[in-house]
Amino acid sequence: MSTRTFGEPIKRNEDRRLLTGQALFVDDVELPGMLHVAFLRSQVAHAKIVSIDVSSALQRPGVVAAFVAGDLGDYWQPGPLLVPPPPIAGIVFHQRTQVPLAKGKVRHVGEPLVIVIAESRYIAEDALDDIDVELEPLPAIVDLEKGLAAGSALVHDDVGSNVSAHVRQTKGNYAAAAAKAHHIIKRRFLYEHGISSPIETRGVVAQWDKRANQMTIWDTTQAPVFVRNGLAGMLGLNERQVRVIAPFVGGGFGPKIMMFYPEEVLLPWVSMKLNRPIKWIEDRLEHFFATTHERGQIHDAEIALTRDGRILGIKDVFLHDGGAYDPYGLTVPINSQCTLLGPYVVPNYDSTFTQVFTNLPIVTPYRGAGRQHGVFVMERLLDFAARELNIDPAEIRRKNLIPPEAFPYKNEIIYQDFQPLEYDSGNYEPVLDMALEAIGYRTFKDEQTKLRGEGRHLGIGLACYVEGTGIGPYEGAKVQVQSNGKVSVATGIGTQGQGHFTVFAQIAADQLGIAVTDVDVVTGDTDQFYWGAGTFASRGAVVAGNAVNEASKVVRKKALKLASDLFECAEEDLVIEDGKVSIVGVPGKFVKLGDLAGQANPMRGAVQPGTEPGLESTQYFGPKMGATANGVHAMIVEMDPQTFDLKILKYVVVHDCGTVINPMILAGQIHGGVAQGIGNAFYEKLVFDDQGQLLNASLADYLLPTALEVPRVELGHTVTTSPLNPMGIKGAGEAGAIPAGPLFAQAIEDALDLKGRGVELLEIPLSPSRLFELTRNARR
Amino acid sequence: MDSDFHDITLSVNGKQYQRRVESRLLLSDFIRHDLALAGTHVGCEHGVCGACTVLFDGQPIRSCLMLAVQARNHEISTVEGLTDKDGEYHPLQQAMHDHHGLQCGYCTPGILMTMTAFLDENPSPTEDDVREALSGNLCRCTGYQNIVDAVMTAAMRTRGR
Repeated sequence: MSTRTFGEPIKRNEDRRLLTGQALFVDDVELPGMLHVAFLRSQVAHAKIVSIDVSSALQRPGVVAAFVAGDLGDYWQPGPLLVPPPPIAGIVFHQRTQVPLAKGKVRHVGEPLVIVIAESRYIAEDALDDIDVELEPLPAIVDLEKGLAAGSALVHDDVGSNVSAHVRQTKGNYAAAAAKAHHIIKRRFLYEHGISSPIETRGVVAQWDKRANQMTIWDTTQAPVFVRNGLAGMLGLNERQVRVIAPFVGGGFGPKIMMFYPEEVLLPWVSMKLNRPIKWIEDRLEHFFATTHERGQIHDAEIALTRDGRILGIKDVFLHDGGAYDPYGLTVPINSQCTLLGPYVVPNYDSTFTQVFTNLPIVTPYRGAGRQHGVFVMERLLDFAARELNIDPAEIRRKNLIPPEAFPYKNEIIYQDFQPLEYDSGNYEPVLDMALEAIGYRTFKDEQTKLRGEGRHLGIGLACYVEGTGIGPYEGAKVQVQSNGKVSVATGIGTQGQGHFTVFAQIAADQLGIAVTDVDVVTGDTDQFYWGAGTFASRGAVVAGNAVNEASKVVRKKALKLASDLFECAEEDLVIEDGKVSIVGVPGKFVKLGDLAGQANPMRGAVQPGTEPGLESTQYFGPKMGATANGVHAMIVEMDPQTFDLKILKYVVVHDCGTVINPMILAGQIHGGVAQGIGNAFYEKLVFDDQGQLLNASLADYLLPTALEVPRVELGHTVTTSPLNPMGIKGAGEAGAIPAGPLFAQAIEDALDLKGRGVELLEIPLSPSRLFELTRNARR
Repeated sequence: MDSDFHDITLSVNGKQYQRRVESRLLLSDFIRHDLALAGTHVGCEHGVCGACTVLFDGQPIRSCLMLAVQARNHEISTVEGLTDKDGEYHPLQQAMHDHHGLQCGYCTPGILMTMTAFLDENPSPTEDDVREALSGNLCRCTGYQNIVDAVMTAAMRTRGR
């Protein structure tokens, strides 16, 4: 008897390869005759390039070639704009995308100047020391406000300022609402998000096969199909001649979807030029400069309220650090702008941002993708409103939640997927109630007072958020029954640990009546599946998952049709389970799925016109817009008031992402997101000096949370299905990471009684040393 | 730079290897690329992330912080040697699978090597012991909770045998 696996905590199909050291990652690709690459990168943030001399490097035994920008000829061109600016009236956007090798000037530390190719990576790195570079330093733009001041040096001289983009979006009329408000609260907030720092850095292997006229690229990308299409165009090849494989990828979290990184552009070109396979693996130091960051925003925000704490409107003006180039368009600041509104009724909204070019590495989405910044601003505004209006922080949130009957809820402004921001479904109050119950909100104050008497400093935090997930355009899947009865599922997205090999298998297994372990899922190989967009914006399960479901349904239908012809019976009399199609009530009368697949591809005889061979289907799914998930996090911390050492005593997440495919994998996504949120809030900070030098570019200095910092997370779920897809699912990849910032600010203020001391925490990340600075002159 | 080479013999997962290596070759690169045991992963090459952890005469070490030549006449164990000869999981591998203790799986080999050695020394750990022992291995996907549960379960199952 086949049981339904959808919704069950099915163990992962991919684990065995990973647990036994047999999974293929990019650096595991070994090819005969392979050459190795090292990059000479700029050590200064902003400079004119006077000269580069590689002649001594070329003399070194084992060095095969070295190229500078001028050697690339017409192949040298700025990268594509991944996401064009959304259709917003009055938008300003200056497209300046990254280049394969710096020409004329360098715009951030780590920008590549020379690619060196040698017989080993060791020799290639030796040769970097042989290269003579003369640079003429220019003032570095690091501070956003200084960068916009008149007379500032320019990152891109031809833009005429350091404005990368300027966008205003409004809903209602904030000025009119504010004029009638009982209370207006204004603050300046700083929020920085760091570097995703997957444990596997980036890497590329390119192999040009001259005889086959075929380029194969192994790439740690989250978007293999777009990498193929783009590189084929640049290399002058047909798309069919380029195969991009994103094999097992050791974590991504956003930056691995960026394209094209210079290395992705250069390695295939060099492989064609030298007719040798070639490999580059980013080292950890390079990763800190050469892979994209997310970094910071400065918000000047105000909230207008009624006397009883109802939100009348919000006005926000913010600066967004875009880095040296803007290939990812406006996704991050648009997410901040939209997600700020959260689960609340905000009738009037006036939000303006300026994206600023700086001499710092490029900014692209990293898990949360700007949502954190907006959520921090909103949640902190509500905290200060609650304080000034003397309302409980949980109650001011409850009072402003969008009621369940208001869905679909229209926020009017344009979201990152270019659609008007609309929440498809939601029921927010039960989520808040569950979180309050789980954290012990009602009894906490008593406990806190009691423990304070014993000299212990506990504090509580509570934050609500929404997460736009599962955006289009589309994904596809090919589901194919093999002659041995196993089912193959191929989809175009890449996978970086999200459990796609299992959740997609569950979906197919349920439709086709086979075991999850008999479904072989292939992701991220453009020769296995030609079309797709990629893994980003918490969309894999929603968009590709629904495509797998649609294709599986068609295969199921085909199997029933073939079996009904075979048995000369009605399809309604058939059942698919245990890998075979049987006639209901006639034991022993069955045909195996694999045999049906074989019969659908005969060696002889006539096949009827209009039929297709085999037992397979390819289907696509494209939602008309993203599905909005929501949640509440709550946390209790204990602080040491002298050292500011922080211990998380309890962390609760209550979350609604619609129908759950695999609760075990979902919990893992939330746990991991929370860990990254905790890192962002209290441990991880990219520290730049005023010359644009990153001062903590090692994992010993940039602190990723360890097993000692990340607590056990208590999870709760509610289910409000999405009407936007047949399975009713919403994405969950980023939810864990989004609201940690406001939790930390609140809980620390509470634990250290900072309100009484006149200190407000208006920035993230915090840290013990930052808390020391912020409180050293405060009242006792 | 002048390069010099050494002939070394060592044992990896019980098998003897003889190779000629350059003095500066990292043990991690040697294991991965010269011996084609690519299950040992490299995450930072400065001894922080723990992904490259292997056992050196039974003790966990960072293979990115040692040279291959230093392994001459020593015994190395890597993730490829954890299953038994029938391919059955080590109890910790099984528990990691049961508890969803891995997502992208890149840090996993280092964690398996660190924590199997830990369990050999401390078969009855508390959760705090496990977290302390695990704190030298960075994982960016899981938030550690399921890894901790897996190690506790592996300890319990091993004790129960």
